[in-house]
Order: sequence, then C-alpha cells, then structure tokens
Amino acid sequence: MTTRSNALPTQEMTINMGPQHPSTHGVLRVILTTDGEVVTRAVPDVGYLHRGLEKIGERVTYAQFMPFTDRLDYLAAMNCNCAWAWAVEKLAKIEVPERAEFLRVIVSELNRISSHLIAFGSYTADMGAFTPFLYAIREREQVNDLFEMLCGNRLTYNYARVGGVSGDAPPGFLEKTKEFLDYFEPKLDEYNNLISYNKIFVHRLANVAVIPAEEAVAYGLTGPNLRGSGVFFDLRKDEPYSVYPKFDFKVCVGTGERGTLGDCFDRYMVRINEMRESIKIVRQAVAQIPDGPVLAKVPRVFKPPVGETYFRSECPRGETGIYLISDGSVNPYRLKIRTGSFVSMNIFEKITRGLMIADIVAVIGSFDIILPEIDR
Amino acid sequence: MPRHKAKGNRLEAQAIFDTLKGKFGDAVVELQGEGYSPAFVVVAAAAVKEVSRFLKEDPNLSFDVLMCLSGVDYKEKFAVAYHLHSLKHRHAIGLKAMLPRENPSLPTVDDVWPAANFNEREAFDLFGIVFEGSKDLRRILLPPDWEGHPLRKDYKYPDFYHGIKV
Amino acid sequence: MEALAISLVNAVPLLAGVPLWTVTLLLMVVVAAVILVFALTFEGVGSLVLRKVAGDIQARIGPNRVGPNGMLQFLADGVKLVLKEDLIPASADRLLFKLAPYFAFVGSFAAFVVVPFGVGLIAADLNIGIYYVMAVTSLVVIGVLLAGWSSNNKWALLGGMRAAAQIVSYEIPVGMALIPAVLIAGSLSLQDIVRSQGGLLGIFGWNLFHNPFTFFSFFLYFTAAQAETNQTPFDLPEAESELVSGYNVEYSGIRFGLFFLSEFGDMFIVAALATACFLGGWNVPYFNAGALPWIWGNLLSLGVFLTKAFTMVLIMMWVRWTLPRLRVDQLMRMAWKYLVPLTFVNLLGVSLWLLVFQGKGIPGMIASLFG
Repeated sequence: MTTRSNALPTQEMTINMGPQHPSTHGVLRVILTTDGEVVTRAVPDVGYLHRGLEKIGERVTYAQFMPFTDRLDYLAAMNCNCAWAWAVEKLAKIEVPERAEFLRVIVSELNRISSHLIAFGSYTADMGAFTPFLYAIREREQVNDLFEMLCGNRLTYNYARVGGVSGDAPPGFLEKTKEFLDYFEPKLDEYNNLISYNKIFVHRLANVAVIPAEEAVAYGLTGPNLRGSGVFFDLRKDEPYSVYPKFDFKVCVGTGERGTLGDCFDRYMVRINEMRESIKIVRQAVAQIPDGPVLAKVPRVFKPPVGETYFRSECPRGETGIYLISDGSVNPYRLKIRTGSFVSMNIFEKITRGLMIADIVAVIGSFDIILPEIDR
Repeated sequence: MPRHKAKGNRLEAQAIFDTLKGKFGDAVVELQGEGYSPAFVVVAAAAVKEVSRFLKEDPNLSFDVLMCLSGVDYKEKFAVAYHLHSLKHRHAIGLKAMLPRENPSLPTVDDVWPAANFNEREAFDLFGIVFEGSKDLRRILLPPDWEGHPLRKDYKYPDFYHGIKV
Repeated sequence: MEALAISLVNAVPLLAGVPLWTVTLLLMVVVAAVILVFALTFEGVGSLVLRKVAGDIQARIGPNRVGPNGMLQFLADGVKLVLKEDLIPASADRLLFKLAPYFAFVGSFAAFVVVPFGVGLIAADLNIGIYYVMAVTSLVVIGVLLAGWSSNNKWALLGGMRAAAQIVSYEIPVGMALIPAVLIAGSLSLQDIVRSQGGLLGIFGWNLFHNPFTFFSFFLYFTAAQAETNQTPFDLPEAESELVSGYNVEYSGIRFGLFFLSEFGDMFIVAALATACFLGGWNVPYFNAGALPWIWGNLLSLGVFLTKAFTMVLIMMWVRWTLPRLRVDQLMRMAWKYLVPLTFVNLLGVSLWLLVFQGKGIPGMIASLFG
C-alpha cells in the first residue's frame, strides 16, 4: 500500500475480540491488530476457563475423576468419559466385557454426531444463516433424549466406568436409536441442499485459511482439522482401540472440492461427512451388540500397577491423549490431558495473517474449538 | 496427498533406542520399557534438540508428529516427557529428559516441531521449566502476574490474589 | 393539501375566519400524525411478524406468551425499551450520540409522506416523488455513521464504517433500477407511476411485465434494496455474530428502539416503492377504483396496496432467514462490479425499447394485436 508523503498518517487498530463474544465459542480472547478490516496479527489468549483439572486429578481417585472428564469437553462428554476409562484400563490391563465396549462405541459415535451438529449449527450461525442452527438443535434434542434414557443426563453423562459402563441399555433403547438414525440420515442431504453448497456460504469459506498437509502435521493438528488438509489419519482406523476393528466405515478427508485443499470449507465438509460415517458405525454396532455383563469386576480400592501410559482416542475435536503416571496408589500421580483444541490454537496466529475480521470468525468456527478443552 | 496407509516399517522401542545410542552415545541414558507404554528413551537435557531433530529427519525413524509434551514432577527431579509418533512408519516412542529441581531448563524443540510451542508454554506456566531459545515463552493458562507454579508437588496455594481471598 | 384545506374551509363554516395557511398547517400535522401512527404500528407489528416468521422457518414457535398467540409482544417490547435506563458511555460524544437515532428515524419516516397508499390517499403528491425518497433515505447513513463514531467503541466504529460504505454504494443500483418505471410513466411522481400501470390490461399492466428490462430491474431493485435496509445477506453493519451488533452496540432503551424501528420503516419504504413502481401499486385489476365512491374506492385500493407491500416485506424476511451473510469485500464487489453495470445496461435497454416501440410494452402490443 503506497502512501503519499502528505497523506493522513494511519495507525493500526488493536481490537479485543474479548472473552465475551458471540462467535468465539467460549471464553476465548483474540487480540486483533487490524489495518481497517484486514487483520495483521491475531493472538489468541487462552486461560479464562482454567480450572486446574490436572491438579485435581492428583487428589481424587481414578473413579472419582470420571465426572471431571465430562466437563473437559461438554459437547462430547461421552467421548471424554470413554477416553479416561480406556486410558486407566490400558494402564491396569483390565479386561472390559464386550457388551460394554459396544455400548461405549454406540454412545461415542452418537455423541460425535451431536457434537458435529453443534459445530455445523454454530458455524452457520456465525456466518449469518441463523436457521440451520435451530435444525441442528432439533436433531440434537433427540440424541439427548436417547442419552437421558440411557444414563439419566442430557449433557454431562458420567456414563463410562473403569471396567465398563455404569448401566445397561434399558429395553427399547436400541430400537429408538435405530429410529433416530433412520430419521436423521436424510436430514444431512437436506442440510447440504440448504446451506452447505449455497454460493454465499461457499464464498465465505473457500480459500480461507488454507493449511497445507505438512504444516497441519507439523503443528500437531488432529481430527477433522488434520483430515481437512488431506491427511488420511483416523485413530479409529489406524490405531484402533475398543471394538472399532469390527466396523466398516470410511475415513473422511477434505478434497478441495470448492477451493483449495485444506481451507475452511474442507474442514467443514469433513465434519458433515463424518456424521454420515458415524451413522453407519452405530447401525452396525446396534446390529452386532452381544449380550452379557456391562461392568468388569474392579476392586473397590483400585490401585493400578506402577507405570506410565499414553492412550489416545478420537474425539470429535481431535485426538484426546491422556498421559497417565501411576505410582501404585489410589490417586493418579500425574495426569496430562492433551486435547485437540489446545494444539489447534498453535497454528491460529500463523494462518490468520492477512485475513479480514469476518474471516477470523470463519477460522475459529472451522477449527471447532471448545474452551474447556483448551483450558482444562 | 499420499495416503499414509502403513507403508513404512514399524520399529520396536529397543531398535529405536539402539539407533539413538549408536548415534549419540552417552547423551542417551537409558530405555524405560517395562511398565511404560510407549517406552521412554531417557536423554540428557542438553541433547534434546539434536536428538529430536535426528528423530524427525532420519528416514527410518521419521517422527513427524509430536503427540504430547508434558512436564512431570518426580519428587526428586523434574522431567519433560515427549510423546512422538510417525505417520509414515506408524511407530511411537517417548522421549524423556530429567532436570534438576533448581532452575530446570533445556533447549526448546519448537523449531523441530512447531506444535511444541503451546505445550512448552504450558509446562513453563505450570512447572516453571524454562525452554531456552523458545520463540515465545509466556504464561498461557494462568494470568501473567501469577506467582508460583501450581503443578509442582510442593506448591503452596496463595492466600490472596489482587486482594481477593483465594 | 391546499386543495383539501380549501374544501375543508368551505365545508365547515366555523373555520371561515381562520387564515388558510393555518388550516393547511393543521391538516398537515394531522396527516403526519396519522402516518406516524401507521408507521409505528407497522414497525411494531413488523418486528413481531419477523419473529414469528423466523420461528416458522426455524421449526419453533416464536413469541407466544404476551397476548393471544404472542400478538401483543411488540407492545411489551416497546414498554420495556421506554422504561430502560438511558445509558450513555462515559467517553462517548454526547451530542452526536443523542442525535444519531433521530437521523436514522427521520430518514426513514420522512419517506412515508410520498407513499401512494390509495387512489386519493397520499400525504403529499410531490412531483419529484422518487427523487425525494432517494434523497431523504440517505439521511440514514448519517445516523448510522454518527452512531458508530460517537459510541467511542471500536466495534461500533467498524459497524458504522461498514454501514456507510454499504448503504452509499447500494444507493446507486437502487436509484438506477427505479428509473425504468419513471421512464415508462414519464413522471417522477409516484401517483403518476401507479396510474400509468392501471387500465384495461389488469395484472399485465404492471411495469413488471412491460418489457424484459423492467422485469430484470425489479430483481435488481429488490436485491439492492435488501442491502439498503441492512438485511441479511447484507447485514454486515449489525452482524450479530461478528460485530456484536455493530453500530448500535452502545445504545439501549428508546434510542436503540429508534434504530430498530427505522429498520422496519426502511423495509416498508422499500416494499412500497417496489409495489408502486413495479407491481401496479394500488391498482385493482380490471377495475377502476376511482369510479367508486370516495371512501370505498380508497379503502379498496388501500387494501390492495397494503397486501402487495406486505407480501414484499414477507419475502424480504424470508430471504433474511435463509441466506448467510456476505463478507464486506464480497459485498462491495457485488455492488460495484455486478449491480451497478447491470443497472446501467438495464437503463440503456429500457430507453432503447421505449424509443423503438414508442412506449408500448409487450402486453400492450399483444393486446393491440387483438384489438
């Protein structure tokens, strides 16, 4: 930008996209330095929701930590519950009954659907189309009803236990799940017709914040953010855990269909397509679920052997890795939770240079971050 | 985009340890294998950057993903634990560097894996471990004027913060 | 108005002693009050309809507590806004802050006086009707810009700047798209434009069907007008999810209410102009409303006009709840690279058509074939 020598001096504006903002998906503060509408620097400032979960983990027992994992990512609470349960079982080498594993997979995938629905709905609402958000909520209400039938809660479930799940599926649960899937599957095509391929929406998302595959890997992106850049890596397929090897589903990857590979539109479409694959998985799980107990015998005073383990599971927002150090006592010695959203914020400053303020909102939405996961 | 579909060859932890020991000698201290999953290669703190770079760039190892970087407080000393993964060969290893309790510091790896930056800031914030050469080492989760490092085992909770009873 | 005043003085002997200008002035005030009541009622009910339409589109109910089916919600909102604390930020520019809502409201309300509601129902049949509307609705820009600046808030400033750029840019396509109607009628006065669409052709007498260029310019006008009134997909100045309500973020109480009301008023003006210029205004198809007695003719044409105008408002609301929002550079590109050239080409097309076919439209030519 050339300036004449006697032009008015201009200054960059520092705006606070503060902790309270409708589009930052939580209490995220982004300090924008802008030249008019164009952002020259966007620095994320996290920590407004830091509750010291890792320190709390060192004071409670393994079983008592389960409700805390609900609050780690409250939109995908089942996934976090199961991740904690799997991590502790890997450490203590506990054998989980098969029915419990099937139930865990069913609820994890249903929660993936409801979490992606919120991601889809809030993203389109940020872009100005307020209607799909309400449709997503309507669908999500049905998933919440299913979960309420199963464990009594609609948001923070506390369903998994070390060694299984807390309760068996009541009669009628599996039939209702099938009904929901039959109802929901055509809705995805409806959403694609309504908003996903809408010209204005595509123009807002395509070619915005392109992340090439090598950078995505180097900056530690995981989950749909990584797959949106074209990298075929899904923990459920590549390092399978639980009963995932029994199911047949595709890994959804961004294809650069409406812009460059690795832009916001790809990350958005990966989530839409993942909902379809989750429907497939739940259908297969409901068909194949065996009978049996749902909770293994774990001693009341549970002391796992001394050792360290790192377990990672595919949560809707990325890879939730739990690094667990046990010193043989009832409380964990050190508990580190590595979440997809926290590591996604690493690349935020780099890719937002030169974007407009409206695009910052698009980028935050495409990463699908959630603050409790970042701040723990 | 190449499909990372198990095209490489997985190495076991012992083989990785032997390769590293052969290249770096005494900087590589020991292999913690039994009871540790993934196994940890303990290296000297000063050699962390060279070992990391080798782990990333050697074609047989090619650890291009830093899964996790955490600080640990073993009561006599600190440690920084790195969990690494290779997309090409699909093997994983852990790297650990032991640090003394007074002035714990070691070189940063954020020029090897840019993903390390936020994790290092968190380790600095919650443990007080200084990463030399880091491009941006500030507190991340706690307010910038907080005193103390909470995840240390000997952390004393403050009574007041800015005049508010904590 | 003068004519009305004269006839009133003749009819009522009591007023014989009063000078004519007083009666005219009083009459003007009364008419303005009537229109103000209509405008405020429309704006209030419009906000309610907006929310109910939103509820229908979004698979939910909308307000349903206050009054039967939520119909008195706008009254409750109005009372709430009036009773709110009058907050002015400490470092805001007080005079401009207080002045801004009035500019916005006056800009939208002053355009109501030339809206042709019925055969004889128009507050002031100015012979520069359309020109006047274009001029007066530009006051809204000043109001929005003042609001953005005087709030002493960076988000408000961004919203105000965006609004200024947007509204000023889209005034050109709006004006250009209305000129075909002026050319066909041969007059800027809105009543003349409406009358030119009346006659024996019924619905096909509308300017919409006159020739392909006017058909096209109706859609251009509607798109540009959606931008003029800050509706999604062009609602950047008050993008809730980005700018946290943009230029009116610091406003509360009745000051905010004035901005809010002026938005609906603008919507009605736009819809009324579209109806008057393209959809035949108050013309009842195949019927001469002027032939009826004064009161019935006016009521009938008023009903027809309001039906058409409210349909256009509903379509604007429908588009608002369906489409996402354009980014500011895409919006400006759309105005300057697409709408402005298209409206100029359109204008040229209409002028050539009128020259070649001596002012006759397609329905007129078809009708003259059959005699």
